[in-house]
This record gives sequence, structure tokens and C-alpha cells, in this order.
Amino acid sequence: MNILHYLRAMQGIIGRELWRFVRQRERFIAALVRPLVWLFIFAAGFRATLGVAISPPYETYILYEVYITPGLIGMIQLFNGMQSSLSMVYDREMGSMRILMVCPLPRWFLLMSKLIAGVSVSVLQAYVFLAIAWFYEIEAPWEGYLYILPALILSGVMLGALGLLLSSFIKQLENFAGVMNFVIFPMFFMSTALYPLWKMKESSVLLHNLAHYNPFSQAIELIRFSLYGEFNQYAFFYTLIAFVLFMTIAVIGYNPSKGMMMKKGRG
Amino acid sequence: MSRQKIQTTALSIENLSFSYSGKKALEQVDFTVKSSECTILLGPNGAGKSTLFSLITRLYDSREGKITLCGFDVKQQTQQALSKLGVVFQQTTLDMDLTVLQNLRYHTALHGLSGKLAKQRIQEELERLNMYDRRGEKIRQLNGGHRRRVEIARALLHKPSLLLLDEPTVGLDIPSRQSIVEHLHQLAIEQDLAILWATHLIDEIHPQDQIVVLHQGKIKQKGTLNEVIQATNTHSINEAFQQITERRKG
Repeated sequence: MNILHYLRAMQGIIGRELWRFVRQRERFIAALVRPLVWLFIFAAGFRATLGVAISPPYETYILYEVYITPGLIGMIQLFNGMQSSLSMVYDREMGSMRILMVCPLPRWFLLMSKLIAGVSVSVLQAYVFLAIAWFYEIEAPWEGYLYILPALILSGVMLGALGLLLSSFIKQLENFAGVMNFVIFPMFFMSTALYPLWKMKESSVLLHNLAHYNPFSQAIELIRFSLYGEFNQYAFFYTLIAFVLFMTIAVIGYNPSKGMMMKKGRG
Repeated sequence: MSRQKIQTTALSIENLSFSYSGKKALEQVDFTVKSSECTILLGPNGAGKSTLFSLITRLYDSREGKITLCGFDVKQQTQQALSKLGVVFQQTTLDMDLTVLQNLRYHTALHGLSGKLAKQRIQEELERLNMYDRRGEKIRQLNGGHRRRVEIARALLHKPSLLLLDEPTVGLDIPSRQSIVEHLHQLAIEQDLAILWATHLIDEIHPQDQIVVLHQGKIKQKGTLNEVIQATNTHSINEAFQQITERRKG
């Protein structure tokens, strides 16, 4: 095994994912429409009722649309992570996952390549969303658009790893819808995507605590701060640790001797 | 004049057992597959053929027994072992919306073949199966027989020593089946390839093939076609197979 083999395999996996994505234009549009609806309709409606006080990284009073933008980028990545894992469950049912699993490379590397492939798609979506938001006058400092890239990669791999982990546990495609409801909605609504933490504390301490420890919140804060050229160390390490944890469990899940593959029957 | 070939052991399975939630799916399975030979794994549905394939390809792992592929322990030296293996699964594993070429390129990338070598191998394998002219077509546009050909071509791109076939002709019409059966037998001889072929279709067996009869997770008979017929005191493999599988049912 040499390094070229690893590179070629990763290139092949990412290339296949990007090619599929390009071909499925509806998927691209759907992935953009969702956050845009939240931005143009939900946020515009809430603007009048919800005032956001000055809190880092913002230096002035901001419109609700500005506050919600990093959360919507997180939403793109959350949906993308779950979509990738859905496609893995589908691939497993359809058998194409087997081709990946029997190729002579370590399983963690194959899963990691799948993850990176998914993240590259979500980063592309996030930048297109940011470009549309820019025309809607949600503008960040120019360096923010650069600093956000590593943040997007980390949050993307963390959410993708969560998706992988779920896909290793899910036996059949039909079971996925339930999991989506139990994962996506609680994660999204119990986070700092739509409202700041301090605002939540006013209504419920429990909700505040849940949102604080929700890794999705920390991923959003990492994105939010980096978009304004700042580094949120706590959010960075929290997201990183969550990624390592999710990825480790996912790799164990896909390990033939320890994992859940054995419990999936004769697939 | 026949040329004597030196045969090597491509696959060795020793005392392999496997259970699904306490129920034995395979028990003390023991056999070898040699180069230049087709070994037919014969067994009715549910005999344990697919489980055995999942263990060889390390989709599952067994605590009991040992699988060695070209001298590499599948459990300890997984990657070296898998690099020697080509597989055609029972269920199609091609991406329907990609072209023949794109599907094959994905496989060569996974096996680390350079662009130039991949191109050359793809051409070779597709030409052998008369599919080169159709390389630009999407898999969805191909019929079942042609899809199978593409899968066989794909499994051979990295020049494996052992080819695993899990009921590759299921659902195909008779001419497609015959053509694939002939092609694979020819391939074993021409390329010194070891083939392990799971099937329950007796007419796919050639007289020179090795046979392993698997039933209810256990090996009931193994040997050449004649040896199996003699051991069961029957006149044909069909009768032998029926006798083995029926006798053990009760």
C-alpha cells in the first residue's frame, strides 16, 4: 500500500460524490431553498419581534437575519451530514457499499473519505448560500469568508461523523425517517441557530443547558465567530472532541468484529 | 498436447464456524480453492453461501476458524488479502446513474491503479466481454446480462488471484447465462485464476470443476464431479445434490 493508492482512492470517492451531486440538481436546489426560506420568510417575520442585543462576535446591534445566517449554514451542513448517511444506508441496502468495504484500504480511511466527500459538497452549498445572503445585505468582513472555511470543514466533518454513526446503527432505510426526526429537529431547535443562549436562559434554564451542550450549537458558534474573523476556542475544541467521539463510534460500528454490521443479518 | 500447470492455493478455509444471534449459520467449514480451477459452492437457498462470502470479504468476522487468501490471513492481514480478491455479489453493486466507464474508473481508483494503467485494463476487460463499445452508456440502459458482464470486468480490473462469484447468473436468460458460464471457465484456465462460485444451478458445473456441497451450514460433500457422484452412489450431480440435501433435512 502506498500513499498514491490512498490519494487515488480518496479522489475516486470524492469525485463520485461530487459527480452525483452535480447530476442531482434538485438536491442542490433543495439544499439551498430550505435555508433561504428561513432567511427570507421566517427571519424577516421575526425581525420585528425579536431584538438581538450586542453580544460577541457582533459589535453593534444586528438584524435578526444577520444573527440567523450562521445557524442556517449549520442547517445546510446538518442536513447534508444526514443526507450523506442516508445515502450510505441506501448504498448498503443496494449493495454498492460492499464494493467500498472490500477494497484493500483501512475502513477508517474509507469512511473518512466518504465524510470528506460529503463535506466538500456542503462547503460548496454554504458558500453559495453566503453569496445569496450577501446580495440580501448580510455582509461579513471579507476575511471572514476565508476564515469560515476551516470552521465549515470542522463542523461539516463533525455532523457528517454523526450521520455515519447513525448509519452504522440503522438497519433499514425505512427506519431512517424516524431517526431524522429525532436527530435533526431536536438538534436544530435546541441550539443557538435561531436564538442566542442568553435569550433561552430567560425562558428555560434546562433548554439553555441542553442547547449549550448540543455540539451543533458549538459548531454554529464556531462558524459565527469565524465569519467575523474571530476564533472561538471553546467552540473549536468542543466541535473537535465531538467529531473524534462520533467518528470513533462510527468506525467501531463499521468494524466487522465489533460493530453493528454483524447484527444487520445476512445483507 | 496438454500443459501441466503448477497450481497454488488461493483460498484456504479452516474449521470456520459462524453464528447469527446464537444460531449456527456455518459449522466447521473446511476447504481450499486452487488456481486455474473453478470451485463450485453448491447449496440450496439459506445453506450459508452468502454468509461464507461475507466472511471471506470480511464484511463479517468470525471468532472460530481461519481464512487465508493467497497466504494472507484475512483477519490479520486484511488489506493484503483483499487486494488479491475480486468479487461479484449476488445483488448488483453498480451505480445505475453512472456510465460503464465511470463505474469501472471508480473501482480502479479504489484499488489505486494509475490513470494510464486503469485505462488499459478497462479496455482489455471490456473488450474480452464485448462491452467496450458500450462503455459510454449508463448502467440503467443495459440489460441484466450486460450489467453482469460489467461487474465481472470490474472484478478483474486489479488482476485478482481469487474471484468470488455469488450466484452471478441469477435472473439471467439462458443465452446470457451460458455465455457467462463459458467465459468464466475459460478465464480460470487462461489467467490461472482461482474461482469460487456459489450457485444452486447444477447445469453451471463443468466436469473438471471442484465441488463443495454446503447444506445447513455444513459441508456435506467435496471433491470432483465424479468423486461426489461416486460418494453418493448416484448417477448424476443432480441426483447426488438431491440426495444430500433431502437426506439431511429430516
